[in-house]
Amino acid sequence: MENLIALLVGAPLLGAAVLLCGGRRLDKAGHWLGTLLAAVSFGIGVALFADMLGRGAEDRTLYQHLFSWVSVGSFQADFAFRLDQLSMTFVLLISGVGTLIHVYSIGYMEHDERRRRFFGYLNLFVAAMLLLVLADNYLLLYFGWEGVGLASYLLIGFWQHKPSAATAAKKAFLVNRVGDIGLSIAIMLMFTTFGTFAFGPVLANADKASEGTLTAIGLMLLLAACGKSAQVPLQSWLGDAMEGPTPVSALIHAATMVTAGVYLIVRSGAIFNAAPDAQLVVTVVGAVTLLFGAIVGCAKDDIKKALAGSTMSQIGYMVLAAGLGPVGYVFAIMHLVTHGFFKAGLFLGAGSVMHGMNDEVDMRKYGGLRRYMPVTFVTFGLGYLAIIGFPGLSGFFSKDKIIEAAFAKGGTEGWILGGAALLGAGITAFYMTRVMLLTFFGEKRWQPAPDADQVPSAEPAAEHRAGRMPHPHESPKSMTIPMIVLAFGSVFAGAFFGLGDRFLNWLEPVTGYEHGNPPVGALTVTLSTMVVLAVGVAIAWSMYGRKPVPVVAPRGSFLTRAARRDLFQDDFNHVVLVRGGEHLTRSLVYVDHSLVDGVVNGTAASVGGLSGRLRKLQNGYARSYAVSMFGGTVVLIAATLLMRAV
Amino acid sequence: MNPVNYLYLAALLFTIGAAGVLIRRNAIVLFMCVELMLNACNLAFVAFSRMHGNLDGQIIAFFTMVVAAAEVVVGLAIIVSLFRTRHSASVDDASLMKL
Repeated sequence: MENLIALLVGAPLLGAAVLLCGGRRLDKAGHWLGTLLAAVSFGIGVALFADMLGRGAEDRTLYQHLFSWVSVGSFQADFAFRLDQLSMTFVLLISGVGTLIHVYSIGYMEHDERRRRFFGYLNLFVAAMLLLVLADNYLLLYFGWEGVGLASYLLIGFWQHKPSAATAAKKAFLVNRVGDIGLSIAIMLMFTTFGTFAFGPVLANADKASEGTLTAIGLMLLLAACGKSAQVPLQSWLGDAMEGPTPVSALIHAATMVTAGVYLIVRSGAIFNAAPDAQLVVTVVGAVTLLFGAIVGCAKDDIKKALAGSTMSQIGYMVLAAGLGPVGYVFAIMHLVTHGFFKAGLFLGAGSVMHGMNDEVDMRKYGGLRRYMPVTFVTFGLGYLAIIGFPGLSGFFSKDKIIEAAFAKGGTEGWILGGAALLGAGITAFYMTRVMLLTFFGEKRWQPAPDADQVPSAEPAAEHRAGRMPHPHESPKSMTIPMIVLAFGSVFAGAFFGLGDRFLNWLEPVTGYEHGNPPVGALTVTLSTMVVLAVGVAIAWSMYGRKPVPVVAPRGSFLTRAARRDLFQDDFNHVVLVRGGEHLTRSLVYVDHSLVDGVVNGTAASVGGLSGRLRKLQNGYARSYAVSMFGGTVVLIAATLLMRAV
Repeated sequence: MNPVNYLYLAALLFTIGAAGVLIRRNAIVLFMCVELMLNACNLAFVAFSRMHGNLDGQIIAFFTMVVAAAEVVVGLAIIVSLFRTRHSASVDDASLMKL
């Protein structure tokens, strides 16, 4: 069976190679090929999963050694895969949701003439992500990590003719790069400490290294996770990444790629377990991000940016859980999987709404769409109920466990972390209800394109534009079917995983598990979550449901304005990093011009001046040469005699 | 006779030769002054040889004469061809080797 593992990565990689190198003759069938190969990968994943279920928990880990990749002295890196319960979960999520989104994209990208290329990039992404989760050592993981970054860059900037998309792609790439430096430093530290970076030896010997080293490795891994998973302080790229086509937002910036950081932390669990300081930082980053993302999500009028804030916040939950150690690893991954379902569903729903509304993203110009897009409404609604943690749906099971685990940390920390998680649940309920109400309920607020009557109708384009009044309609089957499948996942996945501790028993051999008891009792935590949730929904209803919503956003309070500007993340980066970098560059240029160039030019000028003077000695008169020869001889003889006398 | 007197003579001859080389412009005179210096050296060699009672200085004096004879051949040839091209035997006129 283990020989099939390479095919998981190979199938989409083949698709990417064929689609990107095949040229225009594949334009007609390219999307089918891409989807088929993603589905093949999913099929193999399911086969391996069935095989894995047939074996005992002890020997569920499969290895496949493809070839020796780098072999220099004691530096050994193998191109080897490891398939255990943790990577299996990711494989199914990535290839499953990935395939659905491929199907969705067939409809969504139908009118795009570069659709073949789009599918090539999607396949490249799936291959890189699978490589990331299947790697058996950190170096190969790094390879996949970079591949994912590349695919993300290509897909965010897919509509490169829009300057905003091109800029967003660059921003995402650069911010990710900061995190990647963390990962590479962590790998170097591992190599110097353990002499290897294969998962097996590193994780088995983790507790033998000094705690300081482990804390350093942990913090560097956290930096990497922050970059990829859009956690504070490297969160600024995610909002702008919504410039990419919506399926990309769903696949990469919600369901899979951004979860790579969580995977990294959970995979490196043994290191973090032995470094409590690093763990504490992880929980703090998670808690801060979950509030940060939630607050940003509350103020955005762009439906995709609101969802992006929500993604950030939900991944904050996962990072928080992963920072709690063995108490939380399983729940982090469980929330990750359920989040993969409902967030992909929500994004696809948003894409479907935009598809019907002429790519309008401003929710203030939606309203009352439930009558026009019933399927989208129902699937989006189920995703909405799942994300806010409505009892019985996916989010309820996974998020509740995380809040419980946060409280169970105990002491002041437990109260602070738990409180933040609880508050985040309330804010989540608020902003998701807001999105729901603005989009599907209330009066319809869409109007013809505003410039329609100002342009003289003699111009044919104007008539065309006048006719572009949004006419909301349900999306084609290729788009609705993936949404329906994901909605099923949003509804049932949580109960399936959570009841009877199925998911816990499945992952426990890999990640370990300790039960944590919250100081107030699990039931109290659940009930207070429900109360906070109800309060959030009620506030949103009173603000956006009861009274009509203005089409132009009101000025709002200071907090609203701050949240609209992403809590000044870009201003902060600009002032601290960009401005600081500019000053640094300018002073370096000054030093270069004055000091370095000064030394070089000064040396040249003084040598030049000296030789200009010396060359006057070369006057061509034989007798003056004779004088200098004579003088030289006299000096030499005098010196010799003098030395001898001394 | 005291051999030191030969050394005085040699020093005197050398000084005259050196001063001639530095002061005179005529290539022929300059050339003769060089010969004068060489012969001053020869005289000193022979005098020292006599003083120390070994033959090394005398042998070197022969070498110097051979070299001086060769030098005269080459040097005179250069001077003659210089005179033919420039119609002057002044060394200051042959000052092309400068920047």
